[in-house]
Amino acid sequence: MNPYLGGALLGLVLVAAFWISGRGLGASGAAKSVVVTGVKTVAPAHVEKTAFYQDYLKSHTNPMKDWLVFQMLGVVVGGFLSGAIAGRLKFTVEKSPKITNKIRLIFAVLGGIFFGFGSQLGRGCTSGSALTGMAVLSLSGFLSMAAIFGTAFALAYFARKLWI
Amino acid sequence: MGPLVVYEIISENVNLFLAFVIGIGFGFVLESNGFSSSRRLAGMFYGYDTTVLKVFFTAALVGSVGLLFLGLFKWIDLSSIYINPTYLWSTLGGGVVMGAGFIMGGYCPGTSFCAASIGKLDALAFIGGMFIGILIFTEGYPLWEGFYNAKFMGSPVISEMIGTSRGFLTLLVILVALGMFWVGEWAEKKFARDDYKLNQK
Repeated sequence: MNPYLGGALLGLVLVAAFWISGRGLGASGAAKSVVVTGVKTVAPAHVEKTAFYQDYLKSHTNPMKDWLVFQMLGVVVGGFLSGAIAGRLKFTVEKSPKITNKIRLIFAVLGGIFFGFGSQLGRGCTSGSALTGMAVLSLSGFLSMAAIFGTAFALAYFARKLWI
Repeated sequence: MGPLVVYEIISENVNLFLAFVIGIGFGFVLESNGFSSSRRLAGMFYGYDTTVLKVFFTAALVGSVGLLFLGLFKWIDLSSIYINPTYLWSTLGGGVVMGAGFIMGGYCPGTSFCAASIGKLDALAFIGGMFIGILIFTEGYPLWEGFYNAKFMGSPVISEMIGTSRGFLTLLVILVALGMFWVGEWAEKKFARDDYKLNQK
């Protein structure tokens, strides 16, 4: 798809989300719902006596019955449909030809750990904080956009072997 | 008048169902634009593929213009939409940590789910890492609680902060986006790679 057409469609999806639900797109919030639900299931006593989980559960009585969780389920379905139509469904590890699958997977996990942690600290990820925040012209949207992309650019040289 | 859920035109359960439908649109557009490819996402930082930059800024442009017009037509009440709050240090600090994660992992949370949906195993590994990262945050919360809540500034909108209209700021966003498109097109020519094809299947 032409990237400008794709961007325009993504913008329209974002506007639709605001018109229907008064909020933008997001991803990391759904992952947090899953984590809190997981901890609650595995270690209910621990959740009982931890202030963070108690506070979170006060505003999210059922963390899985959440707007972002349903939206992310949709993302998985939508991504699968697009991939199926275009013939891109395939189990594979994507990486630079110069590195092994093992190195790629180690860095994918590491990157995930950083992104997961950062998305909580920054109250949202690229979708929820940067993209949605910029569309509503919020200060935090522009700041997180600059911080995420600025840091990735600044570190790109050190990570170049992973990609080129 | 929107937002539909705020004005109780639709119920909470319908809202959740529509979240699922919106998600399908979101995932479909991401995947069709190759956001399910970590090498394409990372390509933005080396200039060989700036699709992400173009899609991202076109979406921000269409999103802000769309909201501006819906507001002017009185189809949406812009005072009742969610505006992300700004906690200066954690917004910036979180962004820096996310940027490091981006260049190592090649995905962000939304794109990792999208990529996993078409079978990318590196995306599954990223998602696993993401759960661990979130768990570290929630378990160690007292350690960073102070930093997390420092320098709270409310939910400022830039146009109000600098005392200009929403329309004028949207115009600035458009100009910045056009500048980014120019940079992207230039970079793809300058940093083109033999081992990487643009718009690959």
